[in-house]
Amino acid sequence: MWDYTDKVKDYFFNPKNTGVLEDANAVGEVGSISCGDALRLMLKVEPDSETIIDARFQTFGCGSAIASSSALTEIIKGKTLDEALKVSNQDIAEFLGGLPPEKMHCSVMGAEALHAAIANYRGEEWADDHEEGALICKCFGVDAALIEKVARENDLHSIEEITFYTKAGGGCESCHEKIEEILAKVHEGEPVAAAPARVPQSIPVSAVAKPMTLVQKIQKISAVIDEMRPQFQLDGGDIELVDVDGDTVTVAMSGSCMGCQMSGLTISGIQERLMLVLGRPVRVVPAQMAHAVGA
Amino acid sequence: MTTAYMDNNATTRVDPLVLETMLPYFSEQFGNPSSMHSFGGDTGKRLEWARVEVQKLLGAEHDSEVIFTSCGTESDATAILSALAAFPERREIITSVVEHPAVLTLCEHLERHEGYTVHYIPVDKEGRLQMDRYAEVLSDRVAVVSIMFANNETGTIFPVETLARMAKEKGVLFHTDAVQAVGKIPLNMRDSAIDMLSLSGHKLHAPKGVGALYLRRGTRFRPFLRGGHQERGRRAGTENTTGIIGLGKAAELALEHMAWENSGVRRLRDRLEAGILEQVPYSFVNGDLPNRLPNTASISFEYIEGEAILLLLSRVGIAASSGSACTSGSLEPSHVLRAMDIPYTAAHGTIRFSLSRESTDAEVDWVIAQTPPIIAQLRRLSPYWGVTGPIDAEKAFSPVYA
Ligand SMILES: Cc1ncc(COP(=O)(O)O)c(C=O)c1O
Repeated sequence: MWDYTDKVKDYFFNPKNTGVLEDANAVGEVGSISCGDALRLMLKVEPDSETIIDARFQTFGCGSAIASSSALTEIIKGKTLDEALKVSNQDIAEFLGGLPPEKMHCSVMGAEALHAAIANYRGEEWADDHEEGALICKCFGVDAALIEKVARENDLHSIEEITFYTKAGGGCESCHEKIEEILAKVHEGEPVAAAPARVPQSIPVSAVAKPMTLVQKIQKISAVIDEMRPQFQLDGGDIELVDVDGDTVTVAMSGSCMGCQMSGLTISGIQERLMLVLGRPVRVVPAQMAHAVGA
Repeated sequence: MTTAYMDNNATTRVDPLVLETMLPYFSEQFGNPSSMHSFGGDTGKRLEWARVEVQKLLGAEHDSEVIFTSCGTESDATAILSALAAFPERREIITSVVEHPAVLTLCEHLERHEGYTVHYIPVDKEGRLQMDRYAEVLSDRVAVVSIMFANNETGTIFPVETLARMAKEKGVLFHTDAVQAVGKIPLNMRDSAIDMLSLSGHKLHAPKGVGALYLRRGTRFRPFLRGGHQERGRRAGTENTTGIIGLGKAAELALEHMAWENSGVRRLRDRLEAGILEQVPYSFVNGDLPNRLPNTASISFEYIEGEAILLLLSRVGIAASSGSACTSGSLEPSHVLRAMDIPYTAAHGTIRFSLSRESTDAEVDWVIAQTPPIIAQLRRLSPYWGVTGPIDAEKAFSPVYA
């Protein structure tokens, strides 16, 4: 079991400020049931001074998610909105005497809900402006802006840390390269760390691979997908080719590939088969899930 | 405080009689079973006694068909790698999507790094194996089939005898990971088509760190550990004498209690399930209900998360485990629940209660009394739960950022 601090345990076993706040005038909702945690933060803001006079929460999630939500409500009560906007995920983790690294995403979820609630109060559109492309981790619905922000604020350097803090990259792993690019951007110009950088996965390119026209390539890819389709259909699911962009092949999956829990096994199976057929490295990524909540 | 240990599929308590049998072999009876002198006791003879006890539990024809190993994982790896080495020209493996990592991770490795083609047989929503898929991929290109006897998370029992017979018809070796089945289900290897079977001591009240592989006489075999002549050259390394003697005693006791497992333990399990389901709405039992291990109950509680349930259960002295992501450090719920396509509202909130012959009515009463209020308490905290039931997530709770 996790090594939670006494304060985390206390805030989990005896959470403060739970339940619906009937006369809330600011509500922030983040997460989803399929991703394993979700939080609704409700605030009562006194309009003249913009002070948070009451805060309550409802959380679906593990012990540290519930404790982080409760801690957040305690931290922000009595603060003005401008003061509250300065509260970061680290403040939540510190308030609790620390969280296990793997659970830092719980504190990030709290900070996200707070920002969403304040935007809701101010009548702003918050964070749902990530158009197609900015979404990096399709398994857990995490966009580039959040990864970048959390990486900066917490000085994160590895994919593993990004996964601990945001969940991004913890599913099918097909976004690892994009996360590396974001990390490179965030830490641009910094002296190179002494620790060996994670070597990007390299796939040997077959020396004999002849250049292929785009049409030939797409034909080969769709032949592979057609060949694998009956297997998926037998499992009550389906798979479809959506796009081919350079060496990135986007597929839509449904049915047995449950919600955001994209089966890494399935994806890697298709990827391996495609590499074999095409004789060159390709990356298979899942298209946006039809029933992912929000995002 | 009342406590209830409901995590026997994870590991069992060493039976006091097992411990008693083992103890002398830590001290005065310290001899090496291979030594010619009798200094330090009769360890060699005791090992052979233990082998016969395991033979009886498995209903095997010969005691030499039992090879002692260090754990279930080693038995699984030995069986699979032996078959591959014995049939180097065969490049395919058949297994299932719900195997324990002891088999699954090995197969994935063989697929990725050794160029094997692995067929993962899917399961349906009740966790039952898709037999037509199995028949489809079974051919003489397959070196080994490895399919578990009973699943550790849901207790679902697979028709291994039928699967083994089908494999035999095609001349394919059949291994089963019976780690969860041995001691709970009567076995008769003498009349079986199964070639290899793995078991692990700590699931049947023997200590951790001892296991066995049943290897049918005449089955082609290549050792995993080479070295000395121990275990007839099939598993080198000085024997874990105390562990093996403990396993022998545990096997003897398991055979004595077999009827109880399938009557008393089953009755307790059924009472636990009924008691909880009766009080908790939006909960259901996973697996192939009429066809499960008698001791296992996998219950999904919708709209809440498993780690939170376990923490609250543990506070009232109840030990169970979950298929939830949050307890394991992985972010996704267990591969078994995902393979069964459990609705996503429930996959995160699945708890496994697993009993043993040591479980009591008082423990079951305690679990039935304590669990429903815990579930209700967490649901009151959940944004997906209204006053009396779930709220339509799409309407009532739609995060801007998912
Ligand atoms: C089905 C199954 N196979 C294999 C194992 C591994 O056994 P061991 O812990 O002895 O290596 C387990 C134990 O969790 C199991 O449940």
